[in-house]
Amino acid sequence: MLLERWLRARGYPVIFTEWNSSRLVRRSMSRGKKKNLLTPTTFSLLHAVDFADRLTYQIMPPLQAGMLVLADRYAFTAFARDVARGVHPEWVRAVYSFALRPDLTLYFRVPIEISLERLLAGRAKLKYHEAGMDVGLSADPAQSFRIFQSRVLEFYDKLTREFELRTIDATGEIPEQQRMFRQIVQDVVLHDYDRERAKGNHVRTQPR
Amino acid sequence: MIMTANVPKETMSEHNHAKKWYGHGLPYLSEKRLPGHLIAIEGTDGVGRSSQIALLRPWLELEGYAVSNTGWTRSPLLSETINEAKAGHQLTVTTFSLLYAADFADRLEHEILPALQAGFIVIADRYMYTAFARNVVMGADPRWTRDVFGVALQPNLVIYLDIDVETLIPRVVQGKGMDHWESGMHLMLGTNLFESFQRYQTHLIEEYRRLASEFGFITVDARQPIDDVQTELRSHIMQYLRTADPARNAAPHEEKSDTSVEEE
Repeated sequence: MLLERWLRARGYPVIFTEWNSSRLVRRSMSRGKKKNLLTPTTFSLLHAVDFADRLTYQIMPPLQAGMLVLADRYAFTAFARDVARGVHPEWVRAVYSFALRPDLTLYFRVPIEISLERLLAGRAKLKYHEAGMDVGLSADPAQSFRIFQSRVLEFYDKLTREFELRTIDATGEIPEQQRMFRQIVQDVVLHDYDRERAKGNHVRTQPR
Repeated sequence: MIMTANVPKETMSEHNHAKKWYGHGLPYLSEKRLPGHLIAIEGTDGVGRSSQIALLRPWLELEGYAVSNTGWTRSPLLSETINEAKAGHQLTVTTFSLLYAADFADRLEHEILPALQAGFIVIADRYMYTAFARNVVMGADPRWTRDVFGVALQPNLVIYLDIDVETLIPRVVQGKGMDHWESGMHLMLGTNLFESFQRYQTHLIEEYRRLASEFGFITVDARQPIDDVQTELRSHIMQYLRTADPARNAAPHEEKSDTSVEEE
């Protein structure tokens, strides 16, 4: 959100897209979650449908029009979370093989206890799926969250090496995180973007 | 990074009638024993799959088997979403395929596997091969489709009801009529429904035939009268059950099964 505003203020055309936000599978997703019908595989596939839908309608057209797309979570979320639920790591990578590789991926890393604290400060209780209650690790939501999210974290750490994600320590103060965030975005994306734009190539016609 | 989905992997148990996962399967599955039998009936729209399956079920039950049916897009989790999405015309080849895969996985885990664990014969009205055939016609990467369906269990027996477009057309027109999707209108292959149906189904049948030889389906000529198709289906199924279940068929059951195959 802060980054989006910053980019906009500097005159960059930005589109923001969020994980699990397409209308296409909303009904199945909420039905599945409410009635606890989802298995690790259907959970994964429904998110893949959501992603594929947003890729076509929200991500590709702005990229082809030369805009910046800011995605709050990407396929890597599935690679960490769905594998922590039990699907095969190669299978979920193959499912998402149609996904475009981002120019830059930032991974905001926080220890389990801090994320637990932050989530519980914002609302009364943990959500069933975010605590990994569907995996049957513990009857206590907080305990289940710890075990499940530790697994997720472990897989994220592996992903940072596999896909060269840039890690930002998210335990610190938000202004400090933003400063690092903006610096990396400036160096990795905007630098090239500005150079291309100066040459008049601001419309990217070919998807990369 | 990309797996090779078409290398089948053995499951743990010897009581599985040589059941194999198509790809990586479901690694989190705790119950590995699947004593039942999975029989898939494949074939294009209007070929007569559901009428044939409706006749198979009572026959198998009379033979003493517990039977469970499952059909494409019938999952409680996805069927509404799929119908809605089809009505809204916003689907791409990728979302279409993934929705079908989700429907398939939902039925696999909630219907097919529990029934197989309980020793049922599961008759699947279409299986993953329908997705393989359709996706090729729609232009999706065939390797990707197969990877996605790596969660699937391979059927013990796949019977393919083969037909040609010339025989198919009058059946569909006299039956439920030509449907937007089954005519491939979303692919814009033709300027009218009839032409589009003809081209789409021709491609589809070609693809099914290719898959039949690749995966070793048993092909039954569906241009024959319904009773003849049924007799052939029963004899193939009986032949399979005899080899898969020798102990069961050595019993006095033997004679009974022969007579009732002929009856209908």
